[in-house]
Amino acid sequence: MNIEEHFFRHEFGRIVATLTRLFGVRNIALAEDVTQDAFCRAMETWKLRGLPKNPSAWLMTTAKNRALDILRRERTARVSELELTRFLESEWTLVPTVEEAFSAYAVKDSQLRMMFSCCHPRLSEEAQIALILHILCGFHVKEIAHAFVSSHAAIEKRITRAKKILAESTKLFDLADADFPSRLSSVLQALYLLFNEGYHGSSPETAVRMDLCQEAMLLMNLLIEQPALVTPQSYALAALMYLNAARLPTRLDGSGNLVSFFEQNRSLWNHHLIAEGQALLNLSASGTELTKYHIEAAIASTHTSAARSEDTDWKQIVSLYDMLMAIHPSPVIALNRAIAIAQLDGPERGLQEIRVIHDLHRLSSYPFYPATLGELELRRGNYPVAKTHFSTALSLARNPMERNFLQRRIDTCKES
Amino acid sequence: MTEFVYFYRGYELPASPEEMQTKTAKWMAWLKDLNDKGHVKSLGEPLQPVGKVIKGTKKQVIDGPYAEAKDVVGGYSIIVARDIEQAVEFSLECPIFEDGGSIEVRPIGQLELGDEY
Repeated sequence: MNIEEHFFRHEFGRIVATLTRLFGVRNIALAEDVTQDAFCRAMETWKLRGLPKNPSAWLMTTAKNRALDILRRERTARVSELELTRFLESEWTLVPTVEEAFSAYAVKDSQLRMMFSCCHPRLSEEAQIALILHILCGFHVKEIAHAFVSSHAAIEKRITRAKKILAESTKLFDLADADFPSRLSSVLQALYLLFNEGYHGSSPETAVRMDLCQEAMLLMNLLIEQPALVTPQSYALAALMYLNAARLPTRLDGSGNLVSFFEQNRSLWNHHLIAEGQALLNLSASGTELTKYHIEAAIASTHTSAARSEDTDWKQIVSLYDMLMAIHPSPVIALNRAIAIAQLDGPERGLQEIRVIHDLHRLSSYPFYPATLGELELRRGNYPVAKTHFSTALSLARNPMERNFLQRRIDTCKES
Repeated sequence: MTEFVYFYRGYELPASPEEMQTKTAKWMAWLKDLNDKGHVKSLGEPLQPVGKVIKGTKKQVIDGPYAEAKDVVGGYSIIVARDIEQAVEFSLECPIFEDGGSIEVRPIGQLELGDEY
């Protein structure tokens, strides 16, 4: 029997969240230790004896028994959150309370509370994401450092500091709290950034960190599964993730090279994810608030509903980018808008739009800025100019996939 | 055929859940392969790192195993091999060596006498 992919990591996140709910957020380090201990026991036993029938239940039971030991021993130390303490003080209620905390519903509830706690307003977005990956997704510090092209020491410092702030709270975030709407915005933003990091990935090893996208989607699913918590903007972000994830497999070809959007094999798009994404997008169309998630999901939907690249409704895409620029202007969005305009009105118009981008200097280290200039010049037949732009892009490339992709564009310029 | 015990000693456990999973899968694959070939008598058990040592005429009880970390037995398996050379050969693919651990191979005594004992 094989272990399901990332099984340990995911169970780690579930158990840490559950134990933190029982021990109180101040004792998050204890929750992590107990989880680590349960995993060491699992590993030592399973590696010799093979997997138990239900590995997840095995881990949960091991962690649960350890939790009971600790709670009995530390009862007077009031390790727990105030709301649970009184149930944990008496032996009569201790066992049922701990059992309840490990029930499927309560585990999900704890994961959600933890997710909202990780998006503490005193933490930067980077720290929130690192904390989510570490605590909820079971990523080790070095794996996070790797994904974000950061040093081990820097990520470790960020996580240690973030945990300290988290541990200062008296309890995990209460989903019925009046702050829920504002905290939800932070959670969605963190999941959005996490997904984008996977999708556009600056990791030096691979251009697409599928793992990060999958983690973001798993956490997003936790959120939209709860009827009491779900909002139109959550549906919109989920739609965006599904519609983009549907196209992930075609961003790299069989040899792991980046494929230009226009050359992607649309028959390889995941049509199940597209249908799910479309359904989510429909669900997001209520309420009065139009968020960037709605518009970005609508753009993704316009792309996925075109059977061939040349069938794309560029007019609609341009107008969606206009809306996006109105509520959430950024140089990258402006660049994407210019690309859409070039598709609609030709490369000259696209280049004009790029020249007037506000804050253009903020794109100076973004390889797809010169790459776009190169692409548009190439279409105009200005091969030497295009080649220069692609060479600039090549010097900014962040991973071998980007480098190969740009090298092939340079070769195209030479051949033409 | 003779039975041998593998004592697994002094290996480090990975800290990351993902690495734990990879490592567990490697061990499982190694033992499964040996088992499928009929060379495993008992998959064995892990041993917890705590315990007591009782020694001397005074039967002094002390916290053990009190060996250095690299010498602590973390588990055992019982395998079946033609001779000790083959038992050693079977051990070579064990993932323990990637983690600084060692295997001690010991023939289980008296088997030559078989049922005549």
